[in-house]
Amino acid sequence: MQIASLTIDRIREGLLSRQFSAVELTEEALRFAEAENPKTGAYLRLSPERAMDAARRVDERLARGEEPGPLAGVPVAVKDVILTKGITTTCGSKLLAAYVPPYDATAILRVEEAGGILLGKTNCDEFAMGSSTENSAFGPVRNPVAPDRVPGGSSGGSAAAVAQGTAVVALGSDTGGSIRQPASFCGVVGVTPTYGRVSRYGLTAFASSLDHIGPFARNVKDAATLLRVIAGRDPRDSTSAAAPVPDYPALLGGGLKGLKLGLPREYLRELGSEVGDLISRGVDVFRRLGCEVRELSLPSTGYAIPCYYIIATAEASSNLARFDGVRYTFRSANSGTLADMYRNTRGEGFGAECKRRIMLGTYVLSAGYYDAYYLKAQKVRTLIARDFARAFEEVDAIVAPVSPFPAFKLGEKVDDPLAMYLSDIYTITGSLAGIPCMSVPCGNTAGGLPVGMQLLTTHFGEPAMFRLAGAFEDAGGVN
Amino acid sequence: MRITEKEVRYVAGLANLTLDDSEVARFRADLDGILEHMDQLNEVDTSGVEPMAQVLFEGAGGLREDVVETPLGSEAGLANAPQRGPGYFKVPKVVER
Repeated sequence: MQIASLTIDRIREGLLSRQFSAVELTEEALRFAEAENPKTGAYLRLSPERAMDAARRVDERLARGEEPGPLAGVPVAVKDVILTKGITTTCGSKLLAAYVPPYDATAILRVEEAGGILLGKTNCDEFAMGSSTENSAFGPVRNPVAPDRVPGGSSGGSAAAVAQGTAVVALGSDTGGSIRQPASFCGVVGVTPTYGRVSRYGLTAFASSLDHIGPFARNVKDAATLLRVIAGRDPRDSTSAAAPVPDYPALLGGGLKGLKLGLPREYLRELGSEVGDLISRGVDVFRRLGCEVRELSLPSTGYAIPCYYIIATAEASSNLARFDGVRYTFRSANSGTLADMYRNTRGEGFGAECKRRIMLGTYVLSAGYYDAYYLKAQKVRTLIARDFARAFEEVDAIVAPVSPFPAFKLGEKVDDPLAMYLSDIYTITGSLAGIPCMSVPCGNTAGGLPVGMQLLTTHFGEPAMFRLAGAFEDAGGVN
Repeated sequence: MRITEKEVRYVAGLANLTLDDSEVARFRADLDGILEHMDQLNEVDTSGVEPMAQVLFEGAGGLREDVVETPLGSEAGLANAPQRGPGYFKVPKVVER
C-alpha cells in the first residue's frame, strides 16, 4: 500500500475487501510518519497508543459486520491547538509544553466516532498567531515541497503532514487564513467552513468571533468527507450552528453551467505576479466549465487588515489572560508575590509574537482608545460583511488568490511583523465576514512552488463551494 | 510618534506582562508602525453603521437544554496545576494575617 498517496475511498475499499486491517494500516502509517517526519517536523508528537486503540475499534466493527464509519481507518493529524484528552497539547507555546488536557475537543470525538485514527499532533505558530509556523516554541516546520521554505501558518504542521503523506487528512484552525494559506503553500486542499459550522469546543481560543476548525486533504472529496463528520450543532459551543449538515461528498459532481463567479477588482489589481497569472488561468478553467465570470467590487477590502488586527488582537488579549501561572502547568520561578507570578509567568512563557499581539490588543481596548479602535473596527467589519452580502446577490461564489506570493524562505520575513500581517489581505476578508472559503491547488510557479486559488461563497454555501472545487480538480486544475 | 515607551510599560502592566528594556524598545517601534497603519480606519465613514460583534445567521446561538451533566471533576481540573493543595490551586500568599 502506498501510504503517502492514500485517499479515504482507497482506505475504505481496502478495509471492506479485507486487503488490510485498520490495525495493519495504522501500524504502517505510524512507522511511515516516524520515519518521514524528521524531513519537515510537521508532527510535534505521534499518539501511537490512542491510534492503535482506535484502529482496534474499527477492526471490531468490521468483524461484527457493522458500518465502520465514514473515516474508518483514516490517519488524521491534528493541529496542536485542538485539545486531546491524555495527549500533550502545547499550542506551540513554552507555557503549555507539559499541558495534558483533561478532555477532548468535540471535533476529535466526532472524528473518532466516525472511525478516524488520531495519528499525532502537529506543530503551529504559538497560539495560532502567525503566517509561517516560525513562531512555534518548538522550532519551525519545513515545507515538504521545498525544505528551505516555510509551510505557511499558522496550521503549517497539518498542511505539511498532508502534503508529505504522513497523514491522509488533518484538522487545522483558521482565524485569519491559518488553514487556507498553508494549504496554498503546501499544495493541498484547505477549508475554512462557515463560522459556527464546526464546534469550537476544545479549540484553544485565539479570537473567538473569528476562530474556526477545518479540514486539510489531498483532494476535495476527502476534505468534504472530513468536514461532514466534524460539522454540526454542539451544545457545548453556543455559537455552533443548528442548520442541518449536508452530505458534502455526495453533492460533488454535476456541471457548473450557469454558475456565476465574481472576481473582486480590489484583489486583482495588485497582482501582476506569477500568482496572479496562475489565478487567471484558474478562472479560465471555470469559464471552460461553463461558469459565467464577472468582475465585481468589494470596496472595503483596503480596510480589512487594520480591522482584523484590531479585533483579533483585542479578543486574543482577553482569551490569553487565562495563562497566568495558576492552572496551566507553567509558573515562573520568580513568583514571590501573586502579581510577580502573573507577570513573570506570562513574560517568560509567551513568545515575541504573542506578546506583541497581547500588547496591541490590550492597547486598543484600554481606556480612551476603545471607541477609536475596537468599536470602529467592529463597524468596519459590518461594512466588509455587507460587501460580501451584496456580491452574493450577483454571483454564486468569488474567486481570489490566497496569498500574494508562494512559500517564502525560512527566516525571510520574521523581522517585519507588519509585512507579515499585510500578506494576510486575501484571507482575512472572508474570515471577518464569517463565510466559507477554501484553498484549492492551482498549479505551480516556474520555480515549482504550489499556489492555491481561493473560493469564497455565502454562509452555509459549502455544497456549491465544494462542487466548484471538485469540478476544477476533475478538470486537472491549470495543468 | 503614536506611542511612547512609558505607554508601552503602562499597557504591559495592564496585560500583566513583564517586558525587559529591549522588548519595550522593540514593541514601541513595532506598535508605532502597526498603529499608524490602523489609523487608516479613520478614513471610513461609519456613521449609522452597527458594530459587528459576532457572525450572526439563522439558527445561530440559542440556548441548550438545562440538563445536569457529569462535570469534569476537581481531580481532572487540578491535574495541570503548577502547585496545588487538596481540592484547590495554590498561589503565593495574597493577604498577610
